[in-house]
Amino acid sequence: MAATPVVELKQITKRFPGIVANDSISIKLQKGEIHALLGENGAGKSTLMNILFGLYQPDEGHIEVNGEAVAIDSPNKAIELGIGMVHQHFKLVQSFSVTENIILGMEPSKGGIQIDYKTATEKVKKLSDQYGFRIDPNAKIEDISVGMQQRVEILKTLYRGADILIFDEPTAVLTPQEISELIEIMRKLVAEGKSIILITHKLKEIMSVSDTVTIIRRGKVIDTVKTNETSPFELAEKMVGRNVSFKVDKKPAEPGEKVIEVKDVSVKNKEGITLLDGMTFDVRRGEIVGVAGVDGNGQTQIIEALSGLRKIDSGSIVLNGKEIGNHTPRQISESGVGHIPEDRHKHGLVLDFSVSENMVLESYYKEPYTKRGFLNFRAINDLAKRLVEAFDVRTPSIQTKARSLSGGNQQKAIIAREINKNPDFLIAAQPTRGLDVGAIEFVQTQLIQQRDQGKAVLLVSFELDEILNVSDRIIVVYEGKVIGEVRPEETNDQELGLMMAGSRQGGTKA
Amino acid sequence: MNKFLKWFASDSFIVSLAAIVMGLLLGAVVMMIGGYNPITAYGALISRVFGDWYGFGEALREMTPLVLTGLAVAFAFRAGMFNIGAEGQVLMGMTGASLIGIKITGLPALIHAPLAIIAGALFGGLWAALAGYIKAKRGVNEVITTIMLNWTALFLCNYIVRTFLLMPGNQRSVDIQPSASISIDWLSQMMGNARVHWGILLAMLASTFFYYFLWKTKQGFELRAVGSNPEAARYAGINVSKNIVKAMFISGVFAGLAGAFETLGVFHYQSVYSSLPGYGFNGIAVALLGMTHPFGVLAGAGLFGSLTYGSAGMSFDAGVPPEIIQIVIGSIIFFIAAQGIVRFILKPVYKRKKEKVL
Amino acid sequence: MDSLLIFGNLLNTTLVFSTALIFAALGGLFSERSGIVNIGIEGLMVFGAFAAAIGTHYAEEAGMGGASPWIGLITAVVVGVLGSLIHAVATITFKADQTISGVVINFLATGITLYLVKLLFDGAGETPLLLHRLAKLNFPDFASIPVIGPIIGAGILNSYPTTFIAIILVFVTYYVLNKTTFGLRLRSVGEHPSAADTMGINVNRMRYIGVMLSGALAGLGGATITLTTTGLFSHTTVSGQGFIAIAALIFGKWNPLGIMGAALFFGFSQAIRNYVQLFEWSASIPQDFILMLPYVLTVIVLVVAIGKSRAPAALGEAYDPGKR
Repeated sequence: MAATPVVELKQITKRFPGIVANDSISIKLQKGEIHALLGENGAGKSTLMNILFGLYQPDEGHIEVNGEAVAIDSPNKAIELGIGMVHQHFKLVQSFSVTENIILGMEPSKGGIQIDYKTATEKVKKLSDQYGFRIDPNAKIEDISVGMQQRVEILKTLYRGADILIFDEPTAVLTPQEISELIEIMRKLVAEGKSIILITHKLKEIMSVSDTVTIIRRGKVIDTVKTNETSPFELAEKMVGRNVSFKVDKKPAEPGEKVIEVKDVSVKNKEGITLLDGMTFDVRRGEIVGVAGVDGNGQTQIIEALSGLRKIDSGSIVLNGKEIGNHTPRQISESGVGHIPEDRHKHGLVLDFSVSENMVLESYYKEPYTKRGFLNFRAINDLAKRLVEAFDVRTPSIQTKARSLSGGNQQKAIIAREINKNPDFLIAAQPTRGLDVGAIEFVQTQLIQQRDQGKAVLLVSFELDEILNVSDRIIVVYEGKVIGEVRPEETNDQELGLMMAGSRQGGTKA
Repeated sequence: MNKFLKWFASDSFIVSLAAIVMGLLLGAVVMMIGGYNPITAYGALISRVFGDWYGFGEALREMTPLVLTGLAVAFAFRAGMFNIGAEGQVLMGMTGASLIGIKITGLPALIHAPLAIIAGALFGGLWAALAGYIKAKRGVNEVITTIMLNWTALFLCNYIVRTFLLMPGNQRSVDIQPSASISIDWLSQMMGNARVHWGILLAMLASTFFYYFLWKTKQGFELRAVGSNPEAARYAGINVSKNIVKAMFISGVFAGLAGAFETLGVFHYQSVYSSLPGYGFNGIAVALLGMTHPFGVLAGAGLFGSLTYGSAGMSFDAGVPPEIIQIVIGSIIFFIAAQGIVRFILKPVYKRKKEKVL
Repeated sequence: MDSLLIFGNLLNTTLVFSTALIFAALGGLFSERSGIVNIGIEGLMVFGAFAAAIGTHYAEEAGMGGASPWIGLITAVVVGVLGSLIHAVATITFKADQTISGVVINFLATGITLYLVKLLFDGAGETPLLLHRLAKLNFPDFASIPVIGPIIGAGILNSYPTTFIAIILVFVTYYVLNKTTFGLRLRSVGEHPSAADTMGINVNRMRYIGVMLSGALAGLGGATITLTTTGLFSHTTVSGQGFIAIAALIFGKWNPLGIMGAALFFGFSQAIRNYVQLFEWSASIPQDFILMLPYVLTVIVLVVAIGKSRAPAALGEAYDPGKR
């Protein structure tokens, strides 16, 4: 007979207008196990966990903790029951210190009024040491790395005495080294008697860390299996519902002449801190160059410099033999640069504009979209209709606001717009972030098609698998410099990870 | 036509209408608490506005600056800015029109009046563009700068009137040249000397211009993109700074016109003001009543103008303090803004409607 | 006239002008640090100024004599809080646009107060002149200290009790905001409401408290004007001070000490125009330019001194936990 599970979800059903997010889902979490919840974006994992954490109420079904039925009607109640959540989008106040973020809501105080910072800091320090977090309790969140911020999130739950930890897509933003450190931490937590639910869509992690896997598709449990009795291929098939290939199909690249040449580009911010430190690389016609690196090593700045959004202090950027450094975004766009920005919502789209208006966001002023100063709606709508069809953007109509499209369709709309510009040089920054498997395949195929049509493509991504699968050549950036260049077929995660951490070994050109 | 009918049945129209009714009802309640008869009071208000041609003409006169300052606030709003400075821009507009209207002589009316109007529009536009420029170049919040520029404009305009235009012994300028007047004398005579002027027509044209410019032109597309998501606009190659200054300039032109029309069409001189006259603040209310849509602003100014103008009749005939109207207008805006409250109150009505359908 | 004495008087007038601004801007601070924009400070000051006049007047009629202004002060706090509740209900419970709701408060405040004045005082446009106002404190011992006496004694210490209260409140606010659990929670709600929510903090309750505190403090600010400067309430009593207070809030970068600095700056530039006229050379400067001075100075300081100031991260956003 099995031991009583620490948490048991029984036939949980949750409906939102128009969809059933969770359809009679049952899951058992045993003490001391790491139980992975596998599913695509939108499969219903997060909804389920938000129910467990008291943010949503189930329409049907109930939850048992240590064998007793409980009603979790608020995060407070969940915390009381020893359930803690490490959110995917960290819920941290940027301007607060590590300690302040951890104690918020449960502050040690003198007489209930004044915060006892001394005790608080000591407590945080002690917890941090216990699990080997090596974190400075007095640092501000905005000053520490993403990996460290995640540890703060974990400490928040431990500080509240959580025994059951929910990790929501914890590795999405981490480097390979940080990921292996996180896995160490998770093992340590389990060894100390904690139980973990790990939400993810990454098979590699599941295989390396979990004990049990439950696969969810379209709100339903497909299966629950022991990790050591399954394979990545079986899991992938169950997650997507069909056979999936891990390798992207592509022919070998046939690079032509140089389209873009970045030479010794340096950029300082307002405070005088160097962000790009003599960056040098080039991209040729017909190849995809992947940029690997830990977030914050100059990727954002080089993209901004390439698209005219940031002034460069020295160096040169040459496109098709012509200098474009410090030109305006519009001049650069007109000389043949397309840009799929990292942040769709903030930079890629005007969410309150219609799909149709977003399609001409960069070309609205040209003929035939503008005639004698007036917008030509017939031409604009024709274009939008054509692009929506060609790129399979699912939208009720071209007059629908971009805001109400799904993430995948928003990204398709941006890609349609950028590719339609027929640029010689296409920058794709994190083009598949947050998309489901189908949309990821679509985006990557589009990038390869562009390459095959003789375009130069620069791909910046924090997903190493994507860099390895899609690129023809990989440059590794570290502290604003290119410190190495490798071929995807000649390298692997470990080597890339070391280079990304600043080690030059394996670099051929540095 | 079908589209028109649909709009009347639309949710936002019903909610706005309900907000107006609730505001008037609330005003009635407040009147009853004060011991006044709301029916007599509202009756007096309506007959003041619609009772004779004079009242109607004067109500139109009252509406005109409201339309324009409402457009000024709404336009800046659409470009992502809160222009609290319509107040100062109106004063600058008055001054620009007065300078040209008084100092230049010997021009035919067909040239003189338009010239004075243009001067007023430019003065207002440049004054607002200054706040836009400071925001674009130095990142200073336009709310503070426009507040400060209101007071600066007040004293600057008073200085100009006192120094260059003063009618000796009075706190006002001399009269403008007759050739700069935009009063419609024949109509005015027909309407019992109500101070009607060409500005009324031009204000309506201005709201049409607003509509076409913002939604049908290339430049409007840019302004809306900047207003809705400045970062995305910058990524798309739109010059955000330039558009901020441009939006404020156009916003200020609307306000400047309001001032110019008051001088050239209504008073024919410019007063020395002891404090801010309030055109711009009322403009904020009108813009909000009209949900920052140019035609909504027209309707909002109509409502605001008739209520304010009519309130004088109310206090004269029914003895009700005219301040009640501010309470009414305030609560109408409140109900439009907090639609949740209106829907909450309308709920039983909606339910019944649905049941009938079933 | 002795230049030290002039300087002492200048300081004194500065403090008189600054006091109301400090109160009101601190009020704005509590609301905005909790994430709610409060452009209705002007209106809340009007409520306060009106309530102070009414409270004091009726206390006088009830024969409370010198204690009456203090009754007025308390009335102003209560009425300020009631007024701010309109803003709180609209923006927090019904998630109305915060700027619009603030404008509405300004409208309602002038409408309601002047309507009531006419109702209560037979159609008069202002309240009767108060017999009792707050009296300046007097420290003759300090004033007679040689050299610095005029500055310390006559200049700074010879002020209204409200000035002392305001300055004490600046430090209290600093302490509350930065050292207490309440302050930490209030700030967390203004910076990242959903983080606060998952930590078990009731976001809406914190915001209600923030807005109500802003009503109480803005009410005090309005009352200060009535009880120290004008001695009655009319439509010109507040006349834009609330907007200046909002400027002080932004200028002071949402920090209590910064706000005090900004309010003193505005107060000083209003006071200095009274003193410039004491000098002969000022005769050649048109009076309008002297009146303009504080506003022009502010714009110049803003352009030269500060770039972007950092507002609370979630300022102006309604918190909707159900948003997926």
